[in-house]
Amino acid sequence: MQQAMIQFWEGLPLIVQINLKIMAILTPLMLAVAYTTFAERKIIGYMQVRVGPNRVGPRGWLQPIADALKLLTKEVVIPTNANRYLFLIAPVLAIAPALAAWAVVPFDDGMVLADINAGLLFLLALTSMGVYGIIIAGWASNSRYALLGSMRSAAQIISYEIAMGFALVGVIMAAGSLNVGEIVMAQQGSVYHWFLLPLFPLFLVYFISGVAETNRAPFDVAEGESEIVAGFHVEYSGMAFAVFFLAEYANMILISALTALLFLGGWLSPFEGILPESAFAIPVLGWLLDSGIHWFLIKTAFFLFLFLWFRATFPRYRYDHIMRLGWKVLIPVTIVWLFVAGVAVAIGVGPWFA
Amino acid sequence: MGTAIRQFFKTFLLWELLLGMKLTGRHLFERKITVQYPDETTPISPRFRGLHALRRYPNGEERCIACKLCEAVCPALAITIESEQRDDGTRRTTRYDIDLFKCIYCGFCEEACPVDSIVETHIQHYHFENRGEQIMTKDKLLAIGDKYEKEIAAARAVDAPYR
Repeated sequence: MQQAMIQFWEGLPLIVQINLKIMAILTPLMLAVAYTTFAERKIIGYMQVRVGPNRVGPRGWLQPIADALKLLTKEVVIPTNANRYLFLIAPVLAIAPALAAWAVVPFDDGMVLADINAGLLFLLALTSMGVYGIIIAGWASNSRYALLGSMRSAAQIISYEIAMGFALVGVIMAAGSLNVGEIVMAQQGSVYHWFLLPLFPLFLVYFISGVAETNRAPFDVAEGESEIVAGFHVEYSGMAFAVFFLAEYANMILISALTALLFLGGWLSPFEGILPESAFAIPVLGWLLDSGIHWFLIKTAFFLFLFLWFRATFPRYRYDHIMRLGWKVLIPVTIVWLFVAGVAVAIGVGPWFA
Repeated sequence: MGTAIRQFFKTFLLWELLLGMKLTGRHLFERKITVQYPDETTPISPRFRGLHALRRYPNGEERCIACKLCEAVCPALAITIESEQRDDGTRRTTRYDIDLFKCIYCGFCEEACPVDSIVETHIQHYHFENRGEQIMTKDKLLAIGDKYEKEIAAARAVDAPYR
């Protein structure tokens, strides 16, 4: 039976195989995005001592589906003076990089769509591409608020990209590879081998810039409800609007997944090297304790939760403070720590750089 | 010098931010204060001032003696009363209208009434579908009074010691 299935799979044309793999990644991703919106409303509600959405379906579980149906049936209004072509292409430009970046994300050992050598470079390039969608959306809307929002967003994303890139340079130096899978394997050993410890400042910088990159609170001046209505997507309605949100949440999940991969050892189990080998041989418990995709998902979910927690906690930064933080704090911190990490790698400080 | 160093570490370890997150994190597990409105309601005071009603005595005689104190005290001029002598020699209203669009639900009419005739009930869910329905005529007010007499009397009884 198993043999037959493997034979059937290998008999499929390559393009079909790849498309099936893409679907296997994107379907759960889209579901995760939908339920992240639900989790966001629930968690922020709970932190504000409310209960959040609970009317649609049992305990509100069908809320994201109701939201999607509502947005699908709404009209996509195109403003008269908007640039029609760019106006419609902008949401696509926003979501395409957010989804394409998942091609190089390994979910487990070898479980990756495209195991390319320059995976991290690909990720950096694609996360930067997202800004095109936003700035084109703001420009094509032909609205002042939208243009202001997209300008803010573009400036912010480009500024934080630098700090983010530097933080990744630290990871690359420590791992000695650009391949995401190899970076994870470089953290093998035990919890203490994860890059979280030696690269802690870079981890903080990376996650903070990640929050800024995705235009999430407290760096959400691009949307700034209280200042510029909704920012770059103020003129969008219906599904075009929903696509921007899909992109934003897909990016959030991507940043969480990358933080887990680059600093917390991705799918590696935190019990690895601490519990004796025999513990991993216990029938079910052993599988749970052992490295696997579930650890990757747990770590990703934790960082995703942090995104929501931040939003419920911090007030929005003033724009000049955002720029100050990005240029005058995060970049110097990364440069200092890159130097420290460089010295550590040169000397071969164990157990990380040995 | 010492404070400067402490400040440096506090800033770079995001200490204040962590304190903020601790606060919201604690609220995450707190008991929620939401009242699931259509399913649950908050308790209503016996002094609640809702829709008006005209009451009757237990023998079926209407209480209102057309003294017009309520009309006089009404700050919104929402009450209109006309009266005449009945065949048995008592004075009664022939018209008792309250315009609910003018009414501000201050409860002065209820306070002014010497015979506890005009009262404000606990009824808070009502609506009008046509122009003119907001004028509560004597018939409508008496009908409300008849329908909710038990609740109205109970609310008065609870509040009696404080009046």
